[in-house]
Amino acid sequence: MKYVIIGNGPAAVSCIDGIRSVDTDGSITVISKEAHPAYFRPLISYYLEGKSKADNIFCRDKDFYQKNRVETVLGEAVAIDKDSRIVALSSGENISYDRLCICTGSSPFVPPMKGLDTVEKRFTFLTIDDSFAIEQAITPDSRVLIIGAGLIGLKCAEGLRDRVGQVTVCDLAPRVLSSILDDECAAIVQKHLEDCGIRFSLANTADSFDGGTAHMKDGSTIDFDVLVLALGVRPNISFFKDAGGECGRAIVVDNAMKTSLENIYAAGDCVEQYDISFGDRRIMALLPNANIGGRIAGVNMAGGELLFDNAVPMNSIGFWGLHMMTAGTYSADGGARMIEEKGENTVKRFFVKDNRLIGFMIIGDVRSAGIYTNLVRSQTDLSELDFDSLIKSPNLLPFSENYRRKKLRGVV
Amino acid sequence: MPINYILPEFEVERNDYRCIRCRVCERQCANGVHRYEPDGDVMLSDETKCVDCQRCVCLCPTHALKIKKNEAALRTNANWKQNTILEIYKQANTGGVLLSSMGNPDPFPVYWDKILINASQVTNPSIDPLREPMETRVFLGKKPHEIERKANGEINTELPPQIELELPVMFSAMSYGSISYNAHKSLATAAEALGICYNTGEGGLHEDFYRYGKNTIVQVASGRFGVYKDYLEAGAAIEIKMGQGAKPGIGGHLPGTKVGADVSKTRMIPEGSDAISPAPHHDIYSIEDLRQLVFSLKEATEYKKPVIVKVAAVHNIAAIASGIARSGADIIAIDGFRGGTGAAPTRIRDNVGIPIELALAAVDKRLRDEGIRQNVSLVVGGSVRSASDVVKAIALGADACYIATSALLALGCHLCRTCQSGKCNWGIATQDPELVKRLNPETGKERLVNLLTAWKHEIKEMMGLMGINSIEALRGNRLMLRGVGLNEKELEILGISHAGE
Amino acid sequence: MKRVYVHDEWCLGCHLCEYNCAFANSGLSDMVKALKNQKIVPRIHVEESGKIHYAVSCRHCEDPVCIKGCISGALTKGADGVVTIDHDKCVGCLSCMLLCPYGSITTDENETVLKCELCTKNGGTPACVEGCPNKAIVFEEAEA
Repeated sequence: MKYVIIGNGPAAVSCIDGIRSVDTDGSITVISKEAHPAYFRPLISYYLEGKSKADNIFCRDKDFYQKNRVETVLGEAVAIDKDSRIVALSSGENISYDRLCICTGSSPFVPPMKGLDTVEKRFTFLTIDDSFAIEQAITPDSRVLIIGAGLIGLKCAEGLRDRVGQVTVCDLAPRVLSSILDDECAAIVQKHLEDCGIRFSLANTADSFDGGTAHMKDGSTIDFDVLVLALGVRPNISFFKDAGGECGRAIVVDNAMKTSLENIYAAGDCVEQYDISFGDRRIMALLPNANIGGRIAGVNMAGGELLFDNAVPMNSIGFWGLHMMTAGTYSADGGARMIEEKGENTVKRFFVKDNRLIGFMIIGDVRSAGIYTNLVRSQTDLSELDFDSLIKSPNLLPFSENYRRKKLRGVV
Repeated sequence: MPINYILPEFEVERNDYRCIRCRVCERQCANGVHRYEPDGDVMLSDETKCVDCQRCVCLCPTHALKIKKNEAALRTNANWKQNTILEIYKQANTGGVLLSSMGNPDPFPVYWDKILINASQVTNPSIDPLREPMETRVFLGKKPHEIERKANGEINTELPPQIELELPVMFSAMSYGSISYNAHKSLATAAEALGICYNTGEGGLHEDFYRYGKNTIVQVASGRFGVYKDYLEAGAAIEIKMGQGAKPGIGGHLPGTKVGADVSKTRMIPEGSDAISPAPHHDIYSIEDLRQLVFSLKEATEYKKPVIVKVAAVHNIAAIASGIARSGADIIAIDGFRGGTGAAPTRIRDNVGIPIELALAAVDKRLRDEGIRQNVSLVVGGSVRSASDVVKAIALGADACYIATSALLALGCHLCRTCQSGKCNWGIATQDPELVKRLNPETGKERLVNLLTAWKHEIKEMMGLMGINSIEALRGNRLMLRGVGLNEKELEILGISHAGE
Repeated sequence: MKRVYVHDEWCLGCHLCEYNCAFANSGLSDMVKALKNQKIVPRIHVEESGKIHYAVSCRHCEDPVCIKGCISGALTKGADGVVTIDHDKCVGCLSCMLLCPYGSITTDENETVLKCELCTKNGGTPACVEGCPNKAIVFEEAEA
């Protein structure tokens, strides 16, 4: 059996683990655009911050590829011939497969902006090479302008604060983390970040650039030395689409991580799959899902039978001591009932539908939040526990004695 | 508020440098002695509530605590001792009978400690128990006067029912009610593991413990709690309790507050009702009456179970035992005046009854003199504290010993002697579920098994050094004993010579 | 593998496990020195309500979801089955805390992520087990 994996991130190495857990003989080829062993992408901001060392960001041990007899090919896949089972690389090389897994992740989205090419030091922020490049470009006095107050932009701001003179973040949206937080919670986060020294220019963005000056929508200007574009990402799926594979906003996979094309699987940030909390397919470009999905894809490619039938988005982020966690569908849009629980420096919101917790969001005291996450993932009927007391304090007391004993006395 | 005349008996000494404010002492004290005060981050103690059970001392992870006798003392008076005065104050406060528990703590002579054991030297060889077989197994019950054999040599005599013990020690009667479920379970499981017996006391047998039946002695006492056919048939033997060493001549009283659902079911009395055991058995006023009960019980169990009659060691014990030996009983159990209890009036515990050593010697001699020693086995209890006490008891004529206080100590009892409060911090003498759970019966069993395994080793060592290789050969062998510091009368009653003789 | 199992019917709620854990992980040889005037952050914690008490610590799951979520590779399950944390790699994102179904992952005041590692780094039997006065916490092969 000849396995080929396109991409070399967490989903890809988890896929290798999955394959090897079933098939120790087949050949595995990994095609990667990046000349690094698989690394944990979220660490690129921690690298800038100094919390992660460049040699300590890798997903697996140094000898992982060798030990698992994985052939690595540096290159970019540009086409798939699904009938003859061949992946074509931009170099012109063709690689044949019996089973293919697409773990190509995503790329930064940069809309056309006037004068962008006049900016000398401009970067996106998605790879470790981006971090290395930004690191080369900054000085302790640099003024950094980050376009985009989403996760990537804010993590970049955090990573850079202590290494530059000034960090300003702007976003067209009126609040930070607009895709995750509502006004109230976003205000908490923004206030905290401002207290930590980050400047914001919200409901405002750069219309055009002129060297080191951004002309803002509101007419003002911001002078900067380094520009970081963090406007979002797009999944790398064009070659799959071209081959006739089914895509929504990303590659559509079923619970077995199979795509619509025979012998082709996919996992990680480039897929959309069924979110049990949402009740429909969506992109859940988050590391836990890449790890879980990648492994399941690998097992299934090698003839095993595993299903990823409890996928939900799960995200934990923090900035200088302020943590926020989300899981599942944390919106009342689909008819869910919201229960809010506020404590000192803490806001918790729970979303209940059909007597099941479908999602939550917590800012502040995030201790033991995994107990909530587990309820979302397991779709537990809330009548089996004392949910009212659980939302006040996450612990195992609100669960039945039976449940508790099973968990604390058995292998789980 | 009236003046409190009662001095705190104990003092809590906290090494504040060592105290890390973990508050284990506070959480573990059912009496509410310790308290954490967040204002100032201090631990406070209310010493008036302390009973010196040492639970906090044992659990303090930094050994920061000591419970000491309160130094504050009344003026020394050999006649009006401090405790005597405090008891007066207590009675003047309450108008009630003073209650206490466990055994008589007063400085009466302990004869075990005035008796020494012989050893073989030169003229008769000692035995190394690690190399030679050493028999500690005993059978309790009526023994035939002679053995008849068939022509082919097989024994023709039918042996009356016996209790078989791997060593001559049993756990004596402690009722479910006076001690906890977990204490009972510890005793039952340990008895099974050791091949000995424990005793239900007068509280009936919890349904969970019928499975330990062959290691159980079921008791029939004056209250007849929990007695019915299945109960009688469940055990290895049936014990009729006529008296108890700690409180001879009086009955018992388990307050209704301790009669929870489980105790109620086991005792077969309504929940919350006082369980009162009358002072006498109302159907027994003579040896003849006793004989009727003995045979009723034998009849009920088809003569398959030996019947024990337990009495307290009192002045006429030899004559009483003689009567019992003629009543049809298979075993006589005698309980000395230092025996423990879950609750007894202090005056009675401390002033009634006689020492077990003297009672045993007198009974064994009387039964032998009357030629009826074979009719019964003798079991003695009432403060048998060690393997050497057991060896001395056997040499004085006992077939086996009953231990209870020693067993409770193994389970963690620290002899604070406040069982009657029901707030045993060690989870033994209590029915409070929060306290009961403090005794994990798995640990309890292990500790009891350890204790008696150690005793068994020691008994074998002591038998070996005397050149004796079985309990059978030691029984009544008073030549192996000598007294020290005893007067002529005491030596005469004990039937032993003085050291040097 | 041997794991820590908890028997609530024997747990007295004395909290000694928490203190023994904090001491064992302090690197100091004297408990007083280690814990005096400290707000302890044990890797095992007692949950209680009324008469129910029990301790909770890492279950060392067969398929630990915390590792699936770890963004830095700090959490790993060794060949011995023990889930350990490499503090050189951990960046404190708390994804593990978001995922652990038992609330067994905690942080100290410096935001260092702490979890039970079965005292593998302290040599020997877990301190919570050693110090439990009533065998409510045991260290054994699972029955299941």
